[in-house]
Amino acid sequence: MSNPSEEIDEVSVIIDGQEVHVKAGEILIDACESAGVDIPRFCYHKRMSQVGMCRMCIVEVDTGRGSSLQPSCMMNVSEGMVVDTQSELTKKVQDGVLEFLLLNHPLDCPVCDKGGECPLQDQTMAYGPGETRFVEEKRHFEKPIPINENVFLDRERCILCDRCTRFADEVVGDPLIQFIDRGNSTQVNTFPEDPFASYFSGNIVQICPVGALTAKSYRFKARPWDLEEIESTYPNPLGDRIVVQSSRDQVLRLQGLDSEAVNWGWLSDKDRFSFEAFQSEYRLDSPLVRGGGLNKAEKGGAGLVASSWAGALSIVTDSLKDVNPDRVAFLGGARLTNESQYAWTKLAKGVLGTDHVSADLGDELPAHVLLGLPRATISELCQPNNTIVLLTSDLKEEYGTLFIRLRHAAKAQGVNIVELSPTRTGLSNVAAVSLHPLPGEIGNVAEALVTGDIPREVGGITGEEIANAHEYLQNSNVFVVVNRSSIGQSTTPIIDAITSFQKLDNCRFLPLVRRGNTMGALDMGMSPGLLPGRNTLSSGSAVFSDIWPNLPAKEGADTKQILQNAADGKIDTLFLIGADPISDFPDRSLAKSAIQNAGTVVSVDLFVTPSVYESDVVLPAASFLEVNGSHTNVEGRITPIRQKVTAPGTSRPDWMIASEIAYLLGHNLNIDTPEDVWNEMTSRSAVHGNLGYPHFDNDQNGHLITATGRIPFLPSQERLESRPVDSYAMRLIIGKRMFDHGTITQMSASLRSLAEASQLRINQYDFERLGIDEGTKVQVTSGDRDISVTVKIDDRVPRSCALIYANLDGADPRELLNEGSHSIDIRIDPTVRA
Amino acid sequence: MSRLNEENLRIARQIISAYPKKKSALIPLLHLAQEQNGLVTNEAMTHIAELVDVTPAEVLGTCSFYEMFKRHPVGEYQINICHGISCHLLGAEDVLEHAESSLGVKEGEITQDGKFSFEGVECIAACTEAPCLQVNYRYINKVNADEFDQLIDDLRNETKTEIPKHGTLANTRQKIPANKAAGPAQVEESSRPIWLKRNKEE
Repeated sequence: MSNPSEEIDEVSVIIDGQEVHVKAGEILIDACESAGVDIPRFCYHKRMSQVGMCRMCIVEVDTGRGSSLQPSCMMNVSEGMVVDTQSELTKKVQDGVLEFLLLNHPLDCPVCDKGGECPLQDQTMAYGPGETRFVEEKRHFEKPIPINENVFLDRERCILCDRCTRFADEVVGDPLIQFIDRGNSTQVNTFPEDPFASYFSGNIVQICPVGALTAKSYRFKARPWDLEEIESTYPNPLGDRIVVQSSRDQVLRLQGLDSEAVNWGWLSDKDRFSFEAFQSEYRLDSPLVRGGGLNKAEKGGAGLVASSWAGALSIVTDSLKDVNPDRVAFLGGARLTNESQYAWTKLAKGVLGTDHVSADLGDELPAHVLLGLPRATISELCQPNNTIVLLTSDLKEEYGTLFIRLRHAAKAQGVNIVELSPTRTGLSNVAAVSLHPLPGEIGNVAEALVTGDIPREVGGITGEEIANAHEYLQNSNVFVVVNRSSIGQSTTPIIDAITSFQKLDNCRFLPLVRRGNTMGALDMGMSPGLLPGRNTLSSGSAVFSDIWPNLPAKEGADTKQILQNAADGKIDTLFLIGADPISDFPDRSLAKSAIQNAGTVVSVDLFVTPSVYESDVVLPAASFLEVNGSHTNVEGRITPIRQKVTAPGTSRPDWMIASEIAYLLGHNLNIDTPEDVWNEMTSRSAVHGNLGYPHFDNDQNGHLITATGRIPFLPSQERLESRPVDSYAMRLIIGKRMFDHGTITQMSASLRSLAEASQLRINQYDFERLGIDEGTKVQVTSGDRDISVTVKIDDRVPRSCALIYANLDGADPRELLNEGSHSIDIRIDPTVRA
Repeated sequence: MSRLNEENLRIARQIISAYPKKKSALIPLLHLAQEQNGLVTNEAMTHIAELVDVTPAEVLGTCSFYEMFKRHPVGEYQINICHGISCHLLGAEDVLEHAESSLGVKEGEITQDGKFSFEGVECIAACTEAPCLQVNYRYINKVNADEFDQLIDDLRNETKTEIPKHGTLANTRQKIPANKAAGPAQVEESSRPIWLKRNKEE
């Protein structure tokens, strides 16, 4: 007998006559797969629990007690197991199971979208009966019924594998679809009039093994054999891996790619269905310049008129000739690929010589937080017995796949989540501790939590609650996920909190960004004082001076200062590279006045956003579906972005526009392809080392760059004083919704209608004190500013706090922000009905 | 509106408090809703979902699994006439036919006064008493056509008071003394079931 405490790592099993060594306890169907033996299956999905619903994976297994038929998804391997997946009996059973599954299946393959990529079709061909013996009437249901805005359900085709219902319940915690009725009339359905309102509904279409679930955007659009596909990356902060599928130069759908490190094959609906935006009729397809009637370019003209590239670029270069570098500024860049970011930085900092370059739009964490903290990957976070502290907003709204990973970690991987978010979130019900500090107080709460020096009450949280949470920080590895949870709170309290957590041994961080490729932008130097490869202006000059002729002499202004300078008329040329400060910058009027008072405003964008509308020159850019390049996610993971379709009209990749402008100014950036950028950048950047282009090309997990410490984190010297909220006021939280008035959402037909109107959300207790009806319009004031907005009861919001989501139709909460405040207190006047 | 009324809401809260997890009260609450309205309405399911903290779809999934929860109206007296093998051999079809003609409705329909509905059911496990039937799940044994008519008359004249209206499980409500109830607190003290921990459902 071996010592029972000794862990057996590997067992040997015989699969189809071959002895193989597999991990002890592995699920048999996986073990067979890794041994190269494919077992047919419908219900089994490796990212969800096993249920043994479909019986398709039955094989003959002998564990020493004689052979028997076992579903291989419900069985763990054990030493000496003998498996026969090819026996006569196995084949007979597979044939029988398929015959049963097909009893009620309508076999309407010729008109079914799934035909050609349908596991039921494929496996029936491979393992099933050639003919049916079933002559009776099949069961009938109304064909397809919408279960939400984007997904249709055809219950006749359904084989009841429980994949979609399991996904809804287990993976994302939205159990809004269920098995209804029983026996022969079992069906998947929602509650009447209660749609499957999940942010992740597109995934059930992807995992459905038959044609029962179809996405509105893809229905009857193409046949699988007409599709071409390419593996790419969705340029969101997490860099979710995707497969882009197109036909005739038109993208028809995005599918999640199962990358172990990042998204596990899942995508949020916002990302999955957003491809429609890039094919929208509102996409810019030629340059625009300010002009008047008869399409004539004219400075000070009333509108934007179509132009040629030559005409538009000449206005740009005229504004840049002999300009004082201090009077040129660049905002934005988070939309771009790493390569395009490098090209624009080279144009700004290497050719024009200005350091007024910032990818932040006033809603990101500072660069030293994003680059300076010891960083952890998502998979490092999700190890058993870890404690993850969330100093974030609702991840379900903003970082869909990270939400899914952390939810799984808490439910199935033995990770404890200590949530310190402004409101209850999608993770609250799986978190070990869920606390909601008052905005502005997170630094003080974190200090008490870390030190265990616990006051009676801090930031709206009792000492007892803190003490309970403190326990979870003992004897386990602590990881802190942090983002700019609300633009109603300054970054100071967040930096205080991070400073406190740094007192813990080996505490590591995952700072999140708001915009797609902000991490790449920082690594490519799109921030004042930075050069590519996490070099600073002073340390990096020597590295770049031979190829970047006009490096800036001094550190440039940050976003707010750039906008201030522009508003004061101190900027001659302002570049907006995929940036829309009027919609996104916290101070809307400053952004507007900056764009109006800057000499020439050049926008490089895909759509006419409010800021683009005010620009003087608009250069149409190619989207991520139309360019080659790479993306850097919040972990520092670089994954490829690959071109699948051609850009509309004359729009060009961003790097090409930068290169063209430089060329017209008499400088050659030496960039003819994205690879040129990569070769130049990697030859200079110690961080990116010697990563060749193909290095990460075929690895679904991409390549992780780690270079902590080159840009040091600047801890806070003194913690912000606690500021209690008085009993007449409420502390403001400005959150973000998955579906808002953002350009991409609004340009996607599938997503447009999902954005709600702006509402002030307060909890039942505070609501009752107001003595008004739900939905009443009230006046909300903060100092001398006010907005009027309807009130909604939302018990996720803690007492004495009020939540408004940013960028929705109606009241704009940015109007309430005060210059220089660390947190915003508002008053609600129920008597003033605007 | 057929959410739980005030009195039943009070009872519902009491029922919920007897379980360590709210969700466990789901089926008892469905019975309560059925007792109130004679059927389980969508509004009641939504109400129950709110009370036990699950989605309405989950309530529907459970409710629709059980034959005895009716989501469509039935008579005040739901008569289940057995046509299992023993009853069939001893004349169940005659009883069914008689029911249809004497009540003037077809199987699954409700009489105009809303009093009766009937259906043929599979074996109800009283083969020694065949042919048998149930009125609101109370057994009536060895029935023939005359006895069926008598039964209907008694029910119509409300002389057969031992059979409550459809939806009522029992004439007396179960009372669990505080010291016998599991309650939410005691689970913590006893050894915790593994599945609670695994599902992180608390």
